[in-house]
Amino acid sequence: MNLEKADHDNGVVLRVEDIHKTYGKNEILKGVSFHIKKGETIVIIGASGSGKSTLLRCINQLTIPEKGRIWLEGEEVTHHMKEISHFRQRIGMVFQDFNLFDHLCAVRNVEIGLIKVKKMDKKQAREIAMEELRRVGLERQANQYPAQLSGGQKQRVSIARALAMNPTVMLFDEPTSALDPELIGEVLEVMRDLAMGGMTMVVVTHEMGFARSVANEIIFIEGGKILDQGTPHKLFTNPEHERTRQFICKIDELYGKTEK
Amino acid sequence: MNTMHFITDILFPPLLEGLGVTLRLIVYSVPFGFIAGILIAVGRVYGNKLISTFCFLYTLFFRGAPLLVQLFILYFALPSIGLYLSSFTAAVIGFILCSAAYHSEYIRGAIQSIKSGQMMAAEALGMSKIQAVSSIILPQALRRAIPGCSNEIIYLVKYSSLAYMVACVELTGAGKVIASRYFEYTLVFSIVGIIYLIMTSVVTIGLNSLERKMEIPGIGK
Repeated sequence: MNLEKADHDNGVVLRVEDIHKTYGKNEILKGVSFHIKKGETIVIIGASGSGKSTLLRCINQLTIPEKGRIWLEGEEVTHHMKEISHFRQRIGMVFQDFNLFDHLCAVRNVEIGLIKVKKMDKKQAREIAMEELRRVGLERQANQYPAQLSGGQKQRVSIARALAMNPTVMLFDEPTSALDPELIGEVLEVMRDLAMGGMTMVVVTHEMGFARSVANEIIFIEGGKILDQGTPHKLFTNPEHERTRQFICKIDELYGKTEK
Repeated sequence: MNTMHFITDILFPPLLEGLGVTLRLIVYSVPFGFIAGILIAVGRVYGNKLISTFCFLYTLFFRGAPLLVQLFILYFALPSIGLYLSSFTAAVIGFILCSAAYHSEYIRGAIQSIKSGQMMAAEALGMSKIQAVSSIILPQALRRAIPGCSNEIIYLVKYSSLAYMVACVELTGAGKVIASRYFEYTLVFSIVGIIYLIMTSVVTIGLNSLERKMEIPGIGK
């Protein structure tokens, strides 16, 4: 199988194939496959416990799947734990609860990966970090500590931290789920700008407005499997499964009707 | 002989010498005990099964057996296998081994109180486990461990007096010699007690100010 070359030719950045993950007796992922091309945004939706977060963590091997393979730009990620750092540097990750380093101010949160992992000199790292903070509109908060920032600001810093590493693909694990409603907008705006700027993104979210307007493809996961996938238009208007329609209706009720 | 004369001419010279030994015991034992405590705590939490078990057994033994017994083993028993330690060295080694065991438990507790997301975020950036522990986990955990570790350091200041039992004449030992010779137990041990109190107060105040200085803005008061 010469997926390496094929992916390279087709502009596929990330390929996930037949991922299985079991916790104890609980099979969380039962063979999930998808791929994403350069500059695309894929939104993953699904009920809580359906395996969305686990899937994201399998991609950068924070969770090791029992079965299945993952390729990043044609290079296999799985079974290469020795070189995992090089892959993780190219896979930015944003978490639901931010996970900013509490003992470091905003700018040091952003630069620490450059200094420790990329061994960049401190001055250059600081410049890049400030630039990334500017990009998310937080250069004035550079010297504030996580505990002094609002939830929305924390999440924007964590996006800047991931971007500073200059990743090939960004993974977002419910980036707005821990935020007060009035703070969600600022984070989605940053993400929208990123997508428009050509970043390749895999986003787990319940924000249907974002999914509808930004996603190239929506994947609906149910019970550890992909039940439905396609363009936002297809999933919102003409899903293959009744279950997909029900889920989207439920989310609309919970999070408010999606605009457009 | 009046009391003032006894204190300044007879008691103080040997007491100051003893204090010097006590301070040296503390200055050597505290930092090495603390550093060893960090290593044992990290080994216990992040080590593989072998390392983790070793670290567990270490704390089990050095916390479990009386310090005096450990000092006797170092000083009186090791010569039987050809290892001769000076009384000062035996005492310092004993204190380091023992305080490391206690420090490690305070630090382990602090490490385990750090949310798992911190490690995950560090690894997601591409950090190795060692980088994540040294630049993300420990800086936070050690801050949280300061109150507990202060406890252990203050204990060490006081149990340094056990060095006398392996013939290392430090503050308490020097006092004991004078007190027996002149039969001045009340006066001598009151003064010795006050000197320990001054030392522990200085350590307490110092560590409190360190704790304040290390406070993360926005967290705490």
